[in-house]
Amino acid sequence: MTEAPLLEVRDLSVFFRQGSEKTPAVDGVSFTLAHGSTLGLVGESGSGKSVTALSILRLLSRAAAVRGKVLYKGEDISACSEARLRDIRGAGITMVFQEPMTSLNPLHTIERQIGEILQLHGARGSEKIRSRIVELLQEVGIPHPGERLAAFPHQLSGGQRQRVMIAMALANRPDLFIADEPTTALDVTVQAQILELLKRLQARHNMAMLFITHDLGIVRKIASEVAVMQKGKIVESSNVADVFYSPRHPYTKALIEAEPKGTAPAIELSAKTILEAKDLRVWFPIKRGFFRRTVGYVKAVDGVTVLVREGETVGVVGESGSGKTTLGLALLRLIRSQGAIVYLGRRIDGLNFKAMRPLRRDMQIVFQDPYGSLSPRLPVAEIVAEGLGVHQKRLSRESRRAIVAKALIDTGLDPESMDRYPHEFSGGQRQRIAVARAIVLEPKFIVLDEPTSALDMSVQAQIVDLLRDLQKLRRLAYMFISHDLKVVRALASEIIVMRDGKVVESGPAQELLAAPKTAYTRALFAAAFDIKAENGVIAEQ
Amino acid sequence: MDAFSSKGPAAPAVVPAPAPKRRFQLTPINERRFANFRANTRGYWSFWIFLFLFTVSLFSEFIANDRPLLVVYKGEILFPVFHDYPEEKFGGFLAQTDYRDAVIAKEIDAHGFMIWPPVRYSYKTINRQLPVPAPSPPTWMLSKAQCRAAVLRYDKLPDGTCRDIEWNWLGTDDQGRDVLARLLYGFRLSILFGFTLAGISSLIGITAGAIQGYFGGWTDLIFQRVIEIWSSLPELYLLIIISSVIVPGFFVLLGVLLLFSWVRLVHVVRAECLRTRNFEYVNAARALGLSNTRIILRHVLPNATVATLTFLPFVLNSSVTTLTALDFLGFGLPPGSPSLGELLLQGKSNLAAPWLGITGFVVIALMLSLLVFIGEAVRDAVDPRKTLS
Repeated sequence: MTEAPLLEVRDLSVFFRQGSEKTPAVDGVSFTLAHGSTLGLVGESGSGKSVTALSILRLLSRAAAVRGKVLYKGEDISACSEARLRDIRGAGITMVFQEPMTSLNPLHTIERQIGEILQLHGARGSEKIRSRIVELLQEVGIPHPGERLAAFPHQLSGGQRQRVMIAMALANRPDLFIADEPTTALDVTVQAQILELLKRLQARHNMAMLFITHDLGIVRKIASEVAVMQKGKIVESSNVADVFYSPRHPYTKALIEAEPKGTAPAIELSAKTILEAKDLRVWFPIKRGFFRRTVGYVKAVDGVTVLVREGETVGVVGESGSGKTTLGLALLRLIRSQGAIVYLGRRIDGLNFKAMRPLRRDMQIVFQDPYGSLSPRLPVAEIVAEGLGVHQKRLSRESRRAIVAKALIDTGLDPESMDRYPHEFSGGQRQRIAVARAIVLEPKFIVLDEPTSALDMSVQAQIVDLLRDLQKLRRLAYMFISHDLKVVRALASEIIVMRDGKVVESGPAQELLAAPKTAYTRALFAAAFDIKAENGVIAEQ
Repeated sequence: MDAFSSKGPAAPAVVPAPAPKRRFQLTPINERRFANFRANTRGYWSFWIFLFLFTVSLFSEFIANDRPLLVVYKGEILFPVFHDYPEEKFGGFLAQTDYRDAVIAKEIDAHGFMIWPPVRYSYKTINRQLPVPAPSPPTWMLSKAQCRAAVLRYDKLPDGTCRDIEWNWLGTDDQGRDVLARLLYGFRLSILFGFTLAGISSLIGITAGAIQGYFGGWTDLIFQRVIEIWSSLPELYLLIIISSVIVPGFFVLLGVLLLFSWVRLVHVVRAECLRTRNFEYVNAARALGLSNTRIILRHVLPNATVATLTFLPFVLNSSVTTLTALDFLGFGLPPGSPSLGELLLQGKSNLAAPWLGITGFVVIALMLSLLVFIGEAVRDAVDPRKTLS
């Protein structure tokens, strides 16, 4: 007789009740997971992958109606008592969530948080527990674990917090480890480190892992089997090689092909210079003491020189906190900065808010989060037309609507939907609206601040195509800020690599991508393209 | 979800924009708000009851007045509600006609007729034919003997019943004035005063809060300290001092109360604006070159709506009660004005006349409850969690 698989999910369905309406989130999902194997659950946002994971441990709210069976070592944990379930949670099956910033309690030290899970599952004796915690922290790669026991979550970096979460999950040597997008909120370099850590730990402890992600590259790297989810259903599941090299389902094919492709044209040195900044500095003063004396500066941007030509994209890459966004805001004069900024041969760094206003129509920005950058209280037509109200005051209502309709068509949206509100649109459509708002004024220069990172992979590719087409059509100059090097490679003809406010390396995209000169750039590229952590260059965090 | 069909920019074919909606059509969001408001039965009914009472009280002059609505006298049509006619016209000698005077009434009835409002007292009319000494109880509480005595005294008729005397539905106060008439006028005055005070102080408070919250930094710091000092001034003492120097009328009281009441909404609005000013869409608006005023009005303030509307019913109620309290203490409106506070004061000093205190209490409690219920419903209706989800 064969042993029961470690985890078997049979015909799992989840509905969310809202009033009398029932929205299906997961629809008849079945899969099995053997000891020591890794299943990658892939899908876009809203495909039900997180809900599936949460319903295994019955962590969903009461509004969710769950049907189907979840068998853990042959035991039906979808029907067992709360008490029995608590024994399994944190001991047999553990989970790590996406957001390391909020999954640790900010009021407790990490010792207390890891110690709690040990105590709950039977460990006794404070010395024993402490030494076990140190061992765990060592295992997940926290340097000097003995000294970090008393640290609070805010004293750790994002990567370290995720390591602490993993330490908590490993504390009781689980058989099954569920990781719900554990690296999505992290920088690419840290992501590579965490993934390698997980792989190492899995091999050492012979754990099974259910790895949920939207990133196909990660799945290929870490999983042995893949299940692709779409709209609550598993449309294809097989081993990694089969899915990637001979995908059967059209959705899987589309997902694999959805990665942003193509490269930008080489630089035309003859093209007109749109914007140029020399030795740009944004220093935030650190003030101390009663008289608020300035004791030092946070150098967010420190001596950066950039040049953007007509019809060309400058890509700015770097980890979070490297000053990319600050650089973009400073170029648009949205925050105070020192150093010359020249727009079409005219110095604009001394202009005040009012004097800048006529120039605003030429210089626009698209933000990262399409959910936060559109006011939820205004219809799309008014959001897009907002700038027109400032720069073309004498337009009639009808001609204003005609211009908005044109901008919506240009960004691939239906002009009929212009009287609807942002919440009625999907993330990708919202980002199109944000682009429409920027281009409606016919600007010459647009700062794109991570416009694709909040979007699903397939939508990312569409937005990249859209941006590229618009650029061709209107000879726009872009500054494309992103931590996602794949997208930058698809768009930028020149790349600036930033670290700690300084430019590490810059140059034409093709050269830089082919032969990065500095070790940091090499490490960054390895992490982004191959999801590989290069030792030594980037400190483990 | 925009599937996988990458649309890209279509050919620049000129597709006409959809026809703009009519100007005064409700936007879908407002439609949903209105539906939410209606769904709150208590608030919705309170709204209609309040609207009815307020509308009625706005027309107090046509309901309770000591002048007839219309007089036809010797073929001439007169409107005493709108015009003052000297008594000479009817053969008297006073500067203003006292239509309640028996002689005048007889004269007019002889040469035409009068149409009276339902209640023939104004708030300041003194009933000179009180059946019992003031404060006299509601007429329906009188015994037959008291009625007969009154008819005998004033009309010199034997065997009078209570039907033969003029009714005071809710009795009179200690100066012989009809309580119903005073209530009607007093309700109107309280509401109008409360609305004006709450309206102007919210306007100032929201503006100040928005400026502090949006600009932050030094503006915020200095403004906050000023407000802290300002709001620690003893309001009531100041009012007492002022009212001992001048007789405070409607607008003086309004001004003085306004000096202190605008502070209340500042903190709420400021907090919301501090939060909102870093939203990405506010940044986007800045990048579009919108002026600060427009950003505040269009993008920042709407976020403060719910917080403001949560407080507004209380601001409104406290404005109403402040006036009542001042009248009760005797520092409010000049003597003789119809006021709910004065009615309560009379109720307190004439414990033997419970109709004064009870009517005052019932009316004030009803008014404040209605306002709170309406406020609650409005707040729930604009709650973005309900309207935008």
